[in-house]
Amino acid sequence: MARDTDMGGPGGGRFPATRHSAVLAAQSPDLIERERGLAILLETYWRPAYKYVRIRFGESNEDAKDLTQSFFVRALEKDFFDGYDSEKGSFRTYLRTCLDRFVANEKKAAGRAKRSPGAPLLPLDFDGAEGELSQQDPPDPASMEQYFHAEWVRSLFALSVERLREECARRGKDLPYLLFERYELDRDPDEKLTYERLAEEFQIPATQVTNFLALARREFRRIVLERLREITATDREFREEARSLLGVSE
Amino acid sequence: MRWLSDRTVAHLKHVAEWPDLAETKYALLEEIGRGGMGTIYLAEDRVLGRRVALKVVSTGASDPAAAARMLREARVIARLEHPGIVPVHDAGTLPDGRMFYAMKRVDGHRLDEVALGDGATLADRLRVFQKICEAVAFAHAHGVIHRDLKPDNVMVGPFGEVLVMDWGVAKVLEEAAEPPAPIHPGPPSATAEGTVLGTPAYMSPEQAAGRADRVGPAADVYSLGAILQFLLTGRAPFDEETALRRARGEAGLPPQPFRRRDGKLPTPLAALAGKAMATDPADRYASVEELAADVARYLDGGHVLAHRETVREKAARVFARYRTPILLIAAYLLMRTLLFLYSRRS
Repeated sequence: MARDTDMGGPGGGRFPATRHSAVLAAQSPDLIERERGLAILLETYWRPAYKYVRIRFGESNEDAKDLTQSFFVRALEKDFFDGYDSEKGSFRTYLRTCLDRFVANEKKAAGRAKRSPGAPLLPLDFDGAEGELSQQDPPDPASMEQYFHAEWVRSLFALSVERLREECARRGKDLPYLLFERYELDRDPDEKLTYERLAEEFQIPATQVTNFLALARREFRRIVLERLREITATDREFREEARSLLGVSE
Repeated sequence: MRWLSDRTVAHLKHVAEWPDLAETKYALLEEIGRGGMGTIYLAEDRVLGRRVALKVVSTGASDPAAAARMLREARVIARLEHPGIVPVHDAGTLPDGRMFYAMKRVDGHRLDEVALGDGATLADRLRVFQKICEAVAFAHAHGVIHRDLKPDNVMVGPFGEVLVMDWGVAKVLEEAAEPPAPIHPGPPSATAEGTVLGTPAYMSPEQAAGRADRVGPAADVYSLGAILQFLLTGRAPFDEETALRRARGEAGLPPQPFRRRDGKLPTPLAALAGKAMATDPADRYASVEELAADVARYLDGGHVLAHRETVREKAARVFARYRTPILLIAAYLLMRTLLFLYSRRS
């Protein structure tokens, strides 16, 4: 049977077509490729990293900003991620270990994590991240690894939702996203929202609600897996992360 | 970028995990259940315009064992066409590589949720139990042993229909013998997965001991006895600790006896459940039909074979069963006696 609709992505396949790993790109000798890889890693990891530094090391807002900025600037300038060996574990774990080491070293150093005056300032929304922290329950200090992982998942999903919104808008198909937003993101846990009710709200047939929601979910899944593919180094790491995150594999 | 709460993140995890039904005739509606082997979704069959339940394997299709188990379960159910067994409509592989099968959507509640509901008399519960026995007996007649019978795996519909679900660990007698399998050391209510076969609290001793080669129809008779005990008392035959010990392979642990607080439990029924749950399979009912027949005898006021009754019990039973004719005869005799005495006096 033909698909109900299509937004143009690779969708129906088991997994998105292989995209270049940002982790490998970040290790590339080619400067443009390297910057591309680091930009993707930065986008995915800066929020978890900032929150982790705030909670794990008890840093103030300003110090955590400086440390996070410095960490990623250093990664951009130096061969920070070149030491990553996918045989030894996931990139996520490696990055967290690098961050732990970096913050410890910075704290030892006399200047204590102050960004050098000439260092470039990355355009990161720290106020937004700080606002998110204020909405969260404080994590258990004994389980900071799980906390970093949870924040990584949150960042991955938030970026994927944003990408879904952009793609729907770009193709002039706002309705699937709006339905997805209403049903999957904004719905109160106690709210008994049926497809029929949703159809009334949006003044469309219930069958269209079913089809559009199926489409939006499928696209969301595709986007999540695509980004997961980007932020992992090897096929094996990708599959392990996909299995752990979504319970799926090839 | 919008902020996602913990609840939303957890929900999106489910959403992203939802199976990809593109290129199939199904449209996904919602998740309705989750088990050891797969997740069950409510879906719409867009060709026939009806709602069905889709069971989709939890792990990826890269786990051939999980996919094979799912397919096997679908095939087992497909060969059992019985009103007490949920029918399978379709099976296959989804575009995302996961194995699935479609079955009738069942409206109703699990037995553990409804068995002790308001208004359910003992006779009502026993009639539900008989229907379970009928479905299991039918499966046995077709060479299939369920091996995971428990209240959670029985659905009771709004019109009293009873459906035996979850045939994921069923054994087909004609298939090659399986190697002895260890019991899953998980929680007592966790259904076994992979090499795990059954749920400890309702599992026969031979199954708990991992003796897959010795698990036959008698294992289901045992589990039915355990379900009967649940229906009579509202609790599983084993407490959590004992169930865990059984899960670790300690076989031969006796079930909890019926307690005083279980109320006025008819002795024949306690004996009936006890015989079904005998440690030695040879001491149990020889078949599910025999077990069901004994329950029918109880409901009809007959003599339950599992119970050796005293003269007093027998008299009480016979009186209860033939109360009306006995009372009529007694009244008649009394009347005749009175008439006789009256005629003698006059």
